[in-house]
Amino acid sequence: MSLVTVSHLSKKFKSHDAVNDLSFSVEEGDVYGFLGQNGAGKSTTIRMLLTLVRPTSGNIKIFGLDLDRERKKILSQVGAMIEKPDLYKYLSAHENLSLFARMSGSGNTKKELNAQLEMVGLAGREGDLVKTFSQGMKQRLGIAVALIHNPRLIILDEPTNGLDPQGIADMRNLILHLSRHLNKTVIVSSHLLHEIEQISNRMLIIDEGKKIVEGTVDSLVDPAKTVVEVTVDDLAVAASRIETTLWFSYLIKKENHHLIFQLPRHLIPELNRSLVQLEINVLSLQAKNSLEAQFLSLTRSKQYVAAFTD
Amino acid sequence: MWQLLQIELLKIFRKPRTYISFGAIAAMVIIIQIALKFDGQSYIEFITGSLRDTLDVPVANILNGYFVCFVILNLLLIHIPLLIALVAGDSIAGEANMGTLRLIASKPISRTGLMLAKFMATVIYTALLLIWLAFISLLLSILIFGTNDILIARNDALEIIRSNDVLWRYLAAFCFATLALTTVAALAFLLSVFADNSIGPIVSTISIVIVFTILSEMQIPLYDRTIKPFLFTSHMLAWKGFFYSKVDTTGSSIPGTIENIRAIGKSSLILVLYIIGFVSAAVYSFNKKDILS
Amino acid sequence: MNLKYWFSLFICSFVFHAARAQDASTLMKGIRSSLEKINDYEADAKFKTEISFLKVPDAVVKIYYKQPDKIKIRNQNGISLVPKETVSISMYSLVNSHYTVLDGGTDLIQGIPVRIIKLLPADENADLVLATLYIDYKRMIVLKAKTTTRENGTNEVELFYGKFLPIGLPDRIVFSFSTQEFKLPKGVTFDYDDGSAKNNLTEPRKNQRGKIEITYLDYTINKGLSDSLFK
Repeated sequence: MSLVTVSHLSKKFKSHDAVNDLSFSVEEGDVYGFLGQNGAGKSTTIRMLLTLVRPTSGNIKIFGLDLDRERKKILSQVGAMIEKPDLYKYLSAHENLSLFARMSGSGNTKKELNAQLEMVGLAGREGDLVKTFSQGMKQRLGIAVALIHNPRLIILDEPTNGLDPQGIADMRNLILHLSRHLNKTVIVSSHLLHEIEQISNRMLIIDEGKKIVEGTVDSLVDPAKTVVEVTVDDLAVAASRIETTLWFSYLIKKENHHLIFQLPRHLIPELNRSLVQLEINVLSLQAKNSLEAQFLSLTRSKQYVAAFTD
Repeated sequence: MWQLLQIELLKIFRKPRTYISFGAIAAMVIIIQIALKFDGQSYIEFITGSLRDTLDVPVANILNGYFVCFVILNLLLIHIPLLIALVAGDSIAGEANMGTLRLIASKPISRTGLMLAKFMATVIYTALLLIWLAFISLLLSILIFGTNDILIARNDALEIIRSNDVLWRYLAAFCFATLALTTVAALAFLLSVFADNSIGPIVSTISIVIVFTILSEMQIPLYDRTIKPFLFTSHMLAWKGFFYSKVDTTGSSIPGTIENIRAIGKSSLILVLYIIGFVSAAVYSFNKKDILS
Repeated sequence: MNLKYWFSLFICSFVFHAARAQDASTLMKGIRSSLEKINDYEADAKFKTEISFLKVPDAVVKIYYKQPDKIKIRNQNGISLVPKETVSISMYSLVNSHYTVLDGGTDLIQGIPVRIIKLLPADENADLVLATLYIDYKRMIVLKAKTTTRENGTNEVELFYGKFLPIGLPDRIVFSFSTQEFKLPKGVTFDYDDGSAKNNLTEPRKNQRGKIEITYLDYTINKGLSDSLFK
């Protein structure tokens, strides 16, 4: 039995259809990536999972229970952080955590609350008002709030929004920790496919409220279409030397000191060796997985890509 | 529910804005007390007007703590509802604006329970504000001006109530005022459901109170028959009814009596119905609401 | 009837009226002398107000009087609205001013036959224009007085005697006077409209009359009162 089963979920607002006949399932232990452009319907779907938004039609089951009928029971085992976590700025970190713990039905002691704050890296800041916190600290407090009642399912909507690179890395590690060491099931939504790809084992791509594709990350990433970007010091010389080789058939673009190949992943080392043998001065070689290409081709963004490519 | 109420009370009383109301009341009342201390005579001369041609009006005795308190309550008819709206209008809209509404609404608590807890917390805040008002306007006035009989100015009559007959009336009046202001709180609470920013509900509430008060006080026969009996602002003034005594056959007022207790009872009932209506509508709307903030 | 008859009748009526005029002055002298016996008094009294636009409970007041015209009504424990025109209450000042005394005939007041004495002030510029006294000539007490002043119109005071008659002071006084319309702007008072039919006056708003009834509970007379009591 899936931990989360969403069947034919739709949400129609007055001006548009935000979610259209969406179905997917999340298994226990998954880190489930929920991927889509801004406005694709990710947040609306997540809000429906959390009963913040009422579906127009469809059904949601969590832990095998109908969400409509067993809302309280289900939500007592769900922790969520929706977009930028906004907490009570005029209360301290400890007060915020205590307040939300009580709302979640969790009777945590002061020691437990402080331990939770320590876990998210806020030790020593328990008594400080949230209005003095940086965005990263608020995000960590938001995570603490989501986890304080030891939920089975954790839903994170755009958890890396507004974070610096260190913050993003920390968030990524935390999610992996939750999944691998604490056996939590995590649903993560994001428009940053690179982040999703790194942490998720299964994902759903949604566009204009509809499911585009669902499956494991591996199945979605086609190793036969890896894009390799080679930066060279002299594009003209490099291009002329490539022309006479079999690598020319893999060359898809050359621009601004870049030679861009699309080839099976396992051929990358051989390409590397050939470039050296051809005495082409390579400044860098970067393999881009095909997920980005897949994502861009499947979603609306192709219209924007067309505007920016040659 | 008790836990939720505690949480809501914590939120209200940790918010700096809440204390603006208490401070504002203290400031307004003290300003009026200072003015009356220095020039209460002019005010009494104004309200006794042409009467002083015929009767000897003992200004010094009239200017006492009970009278000053009544003047204060009369002058703050619009201001106090504004301070109530300040907190009540922030109930839901403030949370939406802060971004915390989506957090609390995704917790395993019923939306109805949440709304009722929020409203009860608002009612407690209203009651505490009234207690503070009673302390500042009545007790402080008594300390500054002493006590004596109270002169009540109605638009076509003056009434004198003996000093030993006043305190219980004030107690009843403040209790009624709590009910009246709870009605304003309920209205602001309802409007708060529909906004993502508390300014809207606060301004809307006070606008409605002002317009309805003007309609309640206008002497237009058409409105007397049709609109006025149903406006909650017409009934909010019923606290004054505790200061209108019955008269005997010779026209002397009878101590310890109320001129029209049935009317006050009817006004109370109407206000209770308004509160139930506003809160029910708020709960219903909130239960149906998509939280997108 | 011949001329002699009519002349006799004329002489008799002239003598009669002269005698009556003399009686009016004698009557006033008698009233003055009985009032002179009271230099001052301090009294406890019940004070009842009957004015249409005033709703006041009955009060217990202190009344101080000192010859010739000092009167102070004081509510020790509260507020009482006392008519400004109290001169009629002070009979002594009334009867001791300079007036032309005229006989006004007889009447029945409180079922008692009285002589009507009209007093016209000697001073043409005085506020008092006319005073009419209704005197119980048998007991030499004033039962009623009407005063007409330029400022306040016509006021009436009726005096009722009983247990304090031996000292020549009334048990009860009813004072009636003109009042003007009382109205405040609605926006000042924000009255509570309880929806009942307004107890509006049936009389026209102008030219209303008010009444004050003082029932004396006790008198302490001629003990010597300080002038400061009347400030």
